[in-house]
Amino acid sequence: MYEYDAGFDRATPALVAAPGTAAETAAVVAACARAEVPLVARGAGTGLAGGAIAPGGVVVSTARLRRILEIDTESRAALVEPGVVNLALADALAPHGLLFGPDPASQRCSTIGGNIGNNAGGPHALRYGSVVQHVLGLELILADGTPCAMGGRAPDRAGYDPTPFVVGAEGTVGIVTKAWLRLLPRPEAVRTFLAFFADVESGAEAATAIIAEGIIPAALEMMDAPTIRAVNAAFEAHLPADAGSLLLVELEGPAEECEARHERIVAICRRGGATDIKAAANEEERALLWKARKLGYPALARLAPNNYLMDGVVPRTKLPETLRQVAVIAERYGLLVANMFHIGDGNLHPTLLFDAAVPGTTEKAIEASALILKHCVEVGGALSGEHGIGVEKNQFMRWVFSDADLDTMHRVRDAFDPSGRMNPGKIFPTDEPPRELPLERLKFRFAEDMWV
Amino acid sequence: MPQPATEDLRKCIHCGMCLEACPTYRVSGLETESPRGRIHLMQALLDGRPATPDLTIHLDRCLACRACETACPSAVPYGRLIESTRAMLQERKPANPWLLWLFGHPSRLRRAFGLLSLYERSGLRRLLHRTGVASRLPQRLRMAEGLVPQMRPRFSRDSGGVVMPRAPMRARVGLLTGCVMRESFGDVHDAAAALLSRAGVEVVIPPRQVCCGALHAHGGDLQGARELARTNVMAFSEAAVSAIVVDSAGCGAHMKHYGELLADDPEWADRANLLADKTKDLSEILLPLAGQLRFGPLPLRVTYQDPCHLAHAQGIRAEPRALLRLIPGLELVEMREADRCCGSAGIYNLTQPEFSERVLDLKMADVVATRPQAVVTANPGCMLQLRYGLERVGLDVPVYHLAEVLESSALAGDELRR
Repeated sequence: MYEYDAGFDRATPALVAAPGTAAETAAVVAACARAEVPLVARGAGTGLAGGAIAPGGVVVSTARLRRILEIDTESRAALVEPGVVNLALADALAPHGLLFGPDPASQRCSTIGGNIGNNAGGPHALRYGSVVQHVLGLELILADGTPCAMGGRAPDRAGYDPTPFVVGAEGTVGIVTKAWLRLLPRPEAVRTFLAFFADVESGAEAATAIIAEGIIPAALEMMDAPTIRAVNAAFEAHLPADAGSLLLVELEGPAEECEARHERIVAICRRGGATDIKAAANEEERALLWKARKLGYPALARLAPNNYLMDGVVPRTKLPETLRQVAVIAERYGLLVANMFHIGDGNLHPTLLFDAAVPGTTEKAIEASALILKHCVEVGGALSGEHGIGVEKNQFMRWVFSDADLDTMHRVRDAFDPSGRMNPGKIFPTDEPPRELPLERLKFRFAEDMWV
Repeated sequence: MPQPATEDLRKCIHCGMCLEACPTYRVSGLETESPRGRIHLMQALLDGRPATPDLTIHLDRCLACRACETACPSAVPYGRLIESTRAMLQERKPANPWLLWLFGHPSRLRRAFGLLSLYERSGLRRLLHRTGVASRLPQRLRMAEGLVPQMRPRFSRDSGGVVMPRAPMRARVGLLTGCVMRESFGDVHDAAAALLSRAGVEVVIPPRQVCCGALHAHGGDLQGARELARTNVMAFSEAAVSAIVVDSAGCGAHMKHYGELLADDPEWADRANLLADKTKDLSEILLPLAGQLRFGPLPLRVTYQDPCHLAHAQGIRAEPRALLRLIPGLELVEMREADRCCGSAGIYNLTQPEFSERVLDLKMADVVATRPQAVVTANPGCMLQLRYGLERVGLDVPVYHLAEVLESSALAGDELRR
C-alpha cells in the first residue's frame, strides 16, 4: 500500500504514518530525524509526477488532518489543515460568497497540502494564478521536527517571506500542518460559452487573438478533435462531431463588463472561423458546458487501458506548432494522442493512450513524452505548468536550469533541511541513474541523450 | 474458481478520483480503506500474496456501496471486482455462513424474525431500553439490537396473489416480495401495490419467488446466489408479466445482474437476461404513470437519502425526487451528499459495526442539518440503519419508504375526490 500515486512509478515505503494532529505530525517527523530515515509527505496521492512515493522511506500522510479551522470572512482568509480537500473547502466557502482560486482537475479529491506542494493550478489559473498567489502563511514542521511559522492572516509581511518558496517545493523543505489561504469574493456575473472550430490551428489562433485584445478570461480551455469524439462516444455529449477543436471560454466580473467582453470574444471567434458558438443561458447550462470539458479526461481514460496525462507549458504563439509536433511524435511511436488543456496560459496536457500490457509500450510512451517535453523547452516553454516535477521530470531539469541554477536551489533547500531527508530524489536530477525506479533510469538516459 | 478479472483490475489507473466518494476512506483517511487501495490489494491477492486477516480486513470493510463507480473516470466495474474477490476468499475460507444460511430460505428467516418480534412484543425490548441496559451493550450487540425492525403489518398478499388495477388497465407487472422486505416491511409492499393499482397496473405476486440472493452474492456465496436466481427466474417467467417491480434498491440492483450471474449456465442465461431487462425499480415504473395518480396534500419537510444501490448501482436519482415533488405541500430539502452511504450496506452493520457506525455518524450530521420532519429512502437496510442513527442522535422523526409517502398522499388525494 501507499506505493503509488497517480503517476507511473511505484515504490514500497518502509512505513506509513497517518498523524491526526499537527503535534503528532511533529512527533513523527522528529522520530524520523532520530532514526535518520527519509520521509515523504503525502496528501491524497493524486499527483501525476510521483512526488508522493517513498522508496524505502516513511510516508507521512496528512489525509487525516482535514479540519477547516477558521473562515475569516472580513479579512478574506481561511486557516486550514493540509488534508482538507480542495472541493470541500470550495463548498464550505460558497455560503459566504467566497472562493479559493486554484481549482485543479483533481479538486474533488486532492488536498490543499498537495496543492501547495505542487503549486497546483486548474482551469481558472488563467485569471487567479496558481496556488502560490493564494497562500498567505504556513505552519511547517522542519526536518528535525521543529515547528516553524511564516506569514499569516494579514497579507503584508516584512523581512524574508519564505512562504512562496515553500509552495511548490514538493515537500522537500518541510511538512505543512496549517495554511492561511487568501479568499476571493465570488464574481457578480459569470458567462460561459463554447466556440467550435474546423481545426486546432484556427481555435488556437482565436485564443491567442482573445488574449492579444487585452481580455483575460477566467478560463480559456481547448479540446481537440480526438477528445471531442471520445466525449461524444463515451457520454453522448452531442458535441458537433465534425468539429476540429473547441474553446471553452469563461468570463467573470461585473455583469455589464462580462456582457461587453462576451460580445467582443464572440466577434473574435467568428472572425477566426468559428463554425458554431453555444452560450450558457443559466447556471444549469453552464454546468453542462463545463461537464463537456471535465468529461474529457474520463472519456480518454476509457479509450485505452492506460494513459499518460502530460503537463508542459509553451508560449501561446507556439501552440499550433507544438500541437503539430505532439501529433508527429505520437505517430512516430504508434501512440494515440489527444489534447484538452488550458490554452489561455499555454499549459498543455497531451494525453498519450496505450496499453501497458503490451511489452515495451510504457517505455515507448515515456520516450515520446520526453521528446514532447524537450520540444516545449526548446520553444521557450517550461517542464511543468501545475503537476510538479517529482520523479517524473527531475532528470529533465538540466534542460532548463544550469548547474549554477540548480546549485542555488539546492542551497536554499539545504538551509531548511541540511540532512536531505525530506522527499529525497525528487525535483533535482540525480548524478547516477536511480536504482529503485526503472522508468526513472530510462528517463535518466533520455535526459542525457537529448541534452544539448 | 471465482476471482477478480484481470481486465477489470487493469482499468484502474490509480488516479485517486474515487477516494472522497468512498465512505470508509472519508471516515478513516487511510488508503487501505479506499477503493484504489482495495483494488491494489485484489491485485496483490491475484499475484499470490497470502490472504492474511490483516489484508482481508480492508476488503471486508468495503461497504460495496459502489459510490466509487460513479466517481471513477475509467469505468472500473468495482462492484463486480469486490463481489468476485469476496467469492474467491469465501471459497478459501467461508465467512458468516450462518447469516447466508439464514437468508437462504424464507422459512428460516420467518422463524428468526418471529423471535425478533417476540423480543419486541414481550416488552423485553422496552425493558432493556428503559433500564439503560441496551445502551451499555458491547458495540456489536448494541448495534444489532438497535437495528431490530419494529413490528409492522404483514403484506396482505404475503403468500402470493394478484392486486387488480383500480383504473383502466395499462400493464401487468410482478412484484418481488424479497426477504427482509417481506418480513419487516410488508406494509411497504402494500403501499407499492396500491400505488401501482391506482395507476392502472395489475400486480402479480408469484407465490414461489424467494430472496433475490443479493446478500449471498455480496458475501461471496455465488453458488447460493445462483440457486436463488434460478428459482426467481422460474417463478416470474411463469407469471407472464411485462416488468418485475422491486421496491428494495438492493434487490433491484442485483436482479438487474441476473444475466451476468447466470451467464455461464446455457440453460438459464437467456431467461436470466430477459428477467434482468424486465426488472425495474418502483420509482422507474411509477414516474411515467404519475399522471394517473392524484396526489393530495402532505405538509411535511423531508430529506431524501439515495440508497447506494439505487443511485450508484442503477443510476436512479431523479425519479424518486421527481415523484416526491409531485406531492403538494411536501418540501424536499436536499442534504449534503445525499448519495453517500449510510453504513447499512446489506449486513455490513452486523459484520463491521465499528465502521458502520462511523459512516452512519457522518451521514447523520448531514441529515440533522436539514432539520427534517421525516427521512425518506427506498431500501429496507437504509431504513433500519437511518432509524438507528436518528435514535443515536436523538432526533425523533420517522423514516419512510418512498412508497409509503406516495401512497399516503395518493390516499389523501382519493379522499379529496370524494
